[in-house]
Amino acid sequence: MAEETDDALAPRRRFQLIRRLARHRSFRIGFIIVAALTLAAIFAPLISKFDPFEMRARIRFRPPQAAYWFGTDNFGRDVFTRCLYGARLSLTIGLGTALLSGAIGAAAGIASAQFRRIDAVMMRLMDGLMAFPAIILAIGLAAAMGPQIGSLIIALSVAYIPRTARIVRASALVVRELEFVDAARVAGASSLRIIWRHLLPNCMGPLLVQLTFVFAYAILAEAALSFLGIGPPPPAPSWGNIIAEGRDQAVDSWWIMFFPGLAISLATLGMNLLGDGLRDVLDPRLKVET
Amino acid sequence: MTAPVVAVQNLVKDFATAPGRVLRAVNGVTFEIAPGETLGLVGESGSGKSTTGRMLAGLIPATTGTVTLFGQTITGPHGPAHLAAVRHRMQFVFQDPNGSLNPRMRVRDAIAEPLDIKGHIARPDRTARIAELLDMVGLPQAAADRYPHEFSGGQRQRIGIARALALQPDFIVADEPVSALDVSMQAQIVNLLLDLQQNLGIAILFIAHDLAVVRSMSHNVAVMYAGALVEIAPRAALYAAPQHPYTRALLDAVPRPDPNRTRPRALAGEVPSMLNRPPGCPFAARCPLAMPQCHDTQPPLREIAPAHQAACHAI
Repeated sequence: MAEETDDALAPRRRFQLIRRLARHRSFRIGFIIVAALTLAAIFAPLISKFDPFEMRARIRFRPPQAAYWFGTDNFGRDVFTRCLYGARLSLTIGLGTALLSGAIGAAAGIASAQFRRIDAVMMRLMDGLMAFPAIILAIGLAAAMGPQIGSLIIALSVAYIPRTARIVRASALVVRELEFVDAARVAGASSLRIIWRHLLPNCMGPLLVQLTFVFAYAILAEAALSFLGIGPPPPAPSWGNIIAEGRDQAVDSWWIMFFPGLAISLATLGMNLLGDGLRDVLDPRLKVET
Repeated sequence: MTAPVVAVQNLVKDFATAPGRVLRAVNGVTFEIAPGETLGLVGESGSGKSTTGRMLAGLIPATTGTVTLFGQTITGPHGPAHLAAVRHRMQFVFQDPNGSLNPRMRVRDAIAEPLDIKGHIARPDRTARIAELLDMVGLPQAAADRYPHEFSGGQRQRIGIARALALQPDFIVADEPVSALDVSMQAQIVNLLLDLQQNLGIAILFIAHDLAVVRSMSHNVAVMYAGALVEIAPRAALYAAPQHPYTRALLDAVPRPDPNRTRPRALAGEVPSMLNRPPGCPFAARCPLAMPQCHDTQPPLREIAPAHQAACHAI
């Protein structure tokens, strides 16, 4: 350290974060899984030549075979095609929940940390929400608002806001004690500026990690709610309601439930691996100064 | 004499550590700083010097007492409004070069932050000012596009100084700006601050615990002990003829490369608890000159030579 010259700049280290992520094995695997599922959802019409809604009575309950990879269901619809299109709904619900609960949770958490006077009220509110199991809360809200994707996203978001708010609040409380926030304060920065330029950017790590988990939970929750009949209404396929529709034929036609179940597991696994990788790379306590 | 840039009167700061328990971190501090002058504020950890500096900058409110910046009283009911009026003339340099820069902000934006907060500044003017500031603190222009983690501790401290200079302040509070740096870097930063002060005529409150650093920086030196000012004097007088027994002990504790020098006795005892302050002089329990009255009444700061004040019954 004593040898360092004070006028020369160290060589640039660009894209360090991306490079470190790319080196992280579980992030890589998670990223590949999630990217593959996303691409499958976007390009579903190019991947499958079937129509997910077309019913053909002559080919009901076909087991998996060369023409119908995942078999067909009780209406003769191709399960593979339905899983592809179902990914659109399921991933939309996951992403929508992550974004909505992330935005509101982050706002609530940061506000709690910055405006200490509302902290106690805000946190008791979050405690109250947290006291309900997420899935029960979502069932109630989804039932109250009717079976639409939008209400499902809102219901799941409400369920996951408290956790996100707590995580953001905790990291904002650490950041606001750092000297650069004082520096901004001495210069006369407004609360809004401190939040926007200083607190939020430095809480992004934990927030992002949390949102990958919310994404995974939301996909699972969508399946659970669909199974209970309050998910997105059929015939529009989602992984959850494909399983729900296959429930009655579970014994004879296992493939109707198995493949969308596999897709859910895969998506959840992928998001969790992605989140683990992000956490390893973004956690400052694990960061090595070089 | 010109009006001081900052005048502090009887400043007190209490922290509530628990309901009913009060920690008095700063106990009745009074001093002034004239334009273009440096006051070195020394004291051990916990003596209240950083707290004093933070109150001066309006970062924490004073419990009682007044802080007057450029003629505006920034404490009391109208404090915030007065502070807003003079804020741009005062800046702060922090101790920790790692914590004082936002890791997610480019150096350019960090330096320009005071400009951006103060109000509209045209893009070309902003860029030009950033270039000028980097130049002033001896950093290459290429630094502007980088992030703080790409710099060494000394370089980061230069960035912090550039940020403090952005609005051409008349007064800077430097809270231990060099104590987190290694010695070779300390000298560079001290020299930089000295240069800037000579060229720009900035008044500085230089907070430190290193007597040698303070000596090279300051016009006047104030010594704090347990939240109170025990002695304040022009630099030469304080180092040549320290009056307060605590100051003497402090200066004696500085090692000198002289084999024949008999080692002075170290102070016995500990700093009194700030929670249960004894009445009387905070130093009485450790003082070699302590008299009965020292334990009962706190000595006021009084003039013992021109411009030289000390708070002691025994001198």
